[in-house]
Amino acid sequence: MNCKGVIRELSNYIDGDLDPVVKQELERHLEHCEDCTMIMNQTKKTIEILCGSQPVSLSTDVRSRLHAALRQKAGQKPT
Amino acid sequence: MGGLLDILNAPSPHRLPSTIARDDEHLLVAAARVGDAAAFEELVNRYEGKIFRLTRNITGNHEDAEDAMQDAFLKAYAHLKDFHGDSRFYTWLVRIAANESLMRLRKRRPNQFSLDEPIEGDTDLFPRELEDWGPTPEQKYAQTEIQGIVGDVIDRLEPEFRIVFLLRDFEELSTQETAEALGISVSAVKSRLLRARLKLREKLNRHFRQGAPN
Repeated sequence: MNCKGVIRELSNYIDGDLDPVVKQELERHLEHCEDCTMIMNQTKKTIEILCGSQPVSLSTDVRSRLHAALRQKAGQKPT
Repeated sequence: MGGLLDILNAPSPHRLPSTIARDDEHLLVAAARVGDAAAFEELVNRYEGKIFRLTRNITGNHEDAEDAMQDAFLKAYAHLKDFHGDSRFYTWLVRIAANESLMRLRKRRPNQFSLDEPIEGDTDLFPRELEDWGPTPEQKYAQTEIQGIVGDVIDRLEPEFRIVFLLRDFEELSTQETAEALGISVSAVKSRLLRARLKLREKLNRHFRQGAPN
């Protein structure tokens, strides 16, 4: 497998979604290609950093409007 | 209306065992399905932050994000009877919220993106910028700065790649679930996800490469 092949399969490799033979070929390439190893590691790091962000805290106003709308939908009086 | 929440909030020894209380989503959904509004409100309390992050990340606009989140919860409540438990409740909610967000994004940016247009060739795939990040690039920045960088690079990604990345990597939907949620093929999800990840790596490279100003 060449560098283009590795990049084409990079996502499937990260997701564990590769045929075992293709996976082995890709890993053999990574053993001797510093550029592809760097891209692979940085892409994994990218996912880790971007997906590690915390859920947004809703402001009191936004939260009040959301719950008021839900209570109205449910036909309940606001508490 | 008391119902399930009274049981969950009841003091010991009437309270449910903690293992059940932690994994009680299906109980709350079942109660909400038969009209227990308080149970549904508890589900909203659990997921409102995550759903708002999703609608904000897709729409890139605070007002649209709030509307999309509110309408997603209202639609979920109105259609609870259509939820048959084939997936997690949260996954079902994510699909509704993603569609509400997409509708608003398309309204603001008509004809600017298409999720089902094929991506031509792979000549542009190979990354152009290759620089060492060092072992812990994120430690160059304070947590608040990292949050700013994350928001910025996601906002700058084209919507047709952004939404696939958000559903697959952020919300951890499977490839199949993402394809179903967006009404596109599994191969379209895979090719967009690959491009999204590579583009995001390149955007982060500008912040994390060694010697980059912070």
